[in-house]
Amino acid sequence: MSYVIIGNSTAAVGAIEGIRKYDSSTPVTVVSDEPYHTYSRPLISYYLGGKVTKENMIYRPLDFYQRNNIRTMLGIKAMSVDYSNKTVLLENGEKLGYSKLLLATGGKPFIPPMGGLDKKNIFNFIKMDDVKAIEKVAVRGSKAVVIGASFSGLKAVEALVKRNVSVTVIDIMSRIMPRVLDDTAAAIAAKTLKDHDVKVLLNNTVETILGEDTAAGVLLKDGTKIDCDFIILAIGVRCNTDLVKDSGIKINRGIVVDEKMQTSIPDVYAAGDVAEGYNFIEEKMMEIAIIPNAYYQGETAGANMTGGNKTFNDGFIMNSMPLLDLPIISAGISEDREGIEVISKFEPEKDTYKKFYISDNRLVGYLLINEVDRAGIYTDMIRNQSDITALKTSLGAEGFGFINFPKDMRKEKMQKGGAA
Amino acid sequence: MDNNKVSNRKRIYAKEEVCIGCRLCEVHCVVAHSQYKNDIVKAYKKSPQRPLSRILVEETRPVSFGLQCRHCDDPKCVKACITGAMQQDPDTGIVTNDESRCIGCWTCILACPYGVIKRDFKGRKVASKCDFCIDLGGSPACVKNCPNEALYVDEVRVLNNEESKEKGGTAK
Repeated sequence: MSYVIIGNSTAAVGAIEGIRKYDSSTPVTVVSDEPYHTYSRPLISYYLGGKVTKENMIYRPLDFYQRNNIRTMLGIKAMSVDYSNKTVLLENGEKLGYSKLLLATGGKPFIPPMGGLDKKNIFNFIKMDDVKAIEKVAVRGSKAVVIGASFSGLKAVEALVKRNVSVTVIDIMSRIMPRVLDDTAAAIAAKTLKDHDVKVLLNNTVETILGEDTAAGVLLKDGTKIDCDFIILAIGVRCNTDLVKDSGIKINRGIVVDEKMQTSIPDVYAAGDVAEGYNFIEEKMMEIAIIPNAYYQGETAGANMTGGNKTFNDGFIMNSMPLLDLPIISAGISEDREGIEVISKFEPEKDTYKKFYISDNRLVGYLLINEVDRAGIYTDMIRNQSDITALKTSLGAEGFGFINFPKDMRKEKMQKGGAA
Repeated sequence: MDNNKVSNRKRIYAKEEVCIGCRLCEVHCVVAHSQYKNDIVKAYKKSPQRPLSRILVEETRPVSFGLQCRHCDDPKCVKACITGAMQQDPDTGIVTNDESRCIGCWTCILACPYGVIKRDFKGRKVASKCDFCIDLGGSPACVKNCPNEALYVDEVRVLNNEESKEKGGTAK
């Protein structure tokens, strides 16, 4: 018996912890093309912005592999998987046998066609090596163009602002973070960016990256030219299915898994950003590329690789993002839809905005700007799909908490406390 | 395989019927997390940065109750934490945040079903939560100092990391 995990980020760590909860002895090997101890991918922006050191990027303590009795093969790329012989071919020619395999290869950048992509000083914003390269050019007083004003693009913007880099961010959509924010919320966030001298160009795209060998500017669709010293591409992330794409495993947008994280191939599991997952609010399989989902999928896969019977089928999108100290938290759906009741509270003088999406007296989504305390109570309402008729009028009230719950609901909640 | 592992997990619960809303739990939580753990006056007068209370009191007269981390068996905050700062002790089940590794992204606040993780801006912007007073030997200051026994510690038996129905009550 042996377990092999390809990937070394959140889903892989979840899997290791899931495996070792039930099986302390079967050999586990972790293979990753990155040479690093497991680190937190979202921390790359905090590293670039100077808030965390390289040492503090670690997602688990340095004795993590040793304590869990894990063999690591880091900095070695997996090239292909032979399902019939149950082996993984590594780039050094070695064939690694497995009894159970987990594919946790994460995401990869999505880059739409544009001219001049072959120049120097054009970076992605996903991995440690991306920011190690960016920090060399992102010096005080330099000029950057960030393409994409979603979550990761704006975290790049934030980091660059902290490095005193002058930033222009460009997005094809009509507002920033279009999938999370509505117009009102996006205006609050845009104001924060403006306060930090960030230029935001919307409804626009980059036609061509200008410059000789090195990027020196961009030419936009509307004819505008912007000079810059470097460019960060943060347009989107796709499931990184490269390793198995022609292997016969079932892939939709990501690797298709069931609620036990099993793929269409026996003894092969997938978890994290490379896999799809069941979004129980949307009631469909889709990518849920967020840390909590990656962890739970990994943990579920790990438990089941040991012969367990764990299921994970209540994933949904949730995000917390402080943008230059403006806290933004959202969960569930985040767009107006037919049949979905909306309750919103906007206080322009305080820059606070709260919006709740309700379907059939159940909370299916929310968005909080600035006043985000106790947000998890709302997340839990989504998770549990409990009837919130009695709470509707107090949603978003100042000091909202269990005190607003009817006594029986509150007592059950508080007395149960902590049970999984 | 250690499928039959049984451990006891402690939880702090509140009885709203006897809570008088005096907020002494908050005061003693502040003291317990200050550098003057045994001196309430110094804790309030001399602490350069008076810590946040990690218990919160909800109150709409006549109802009030204290609420703090449940140290969940399936701690959503730990699994959602993007840095790995939020961790659960596998033996005691106590969930603590390593503030030196916390970056204040508030993902734990997004995830916590009880809304008991606070944003602490006193230092370098971190998440602040109940640590079961492990520095005081695990005897929580809020419980010890509640004048009307509205807070109590209950012991819950946990089988193979899944909660069993059985309770080994030590209700005070």
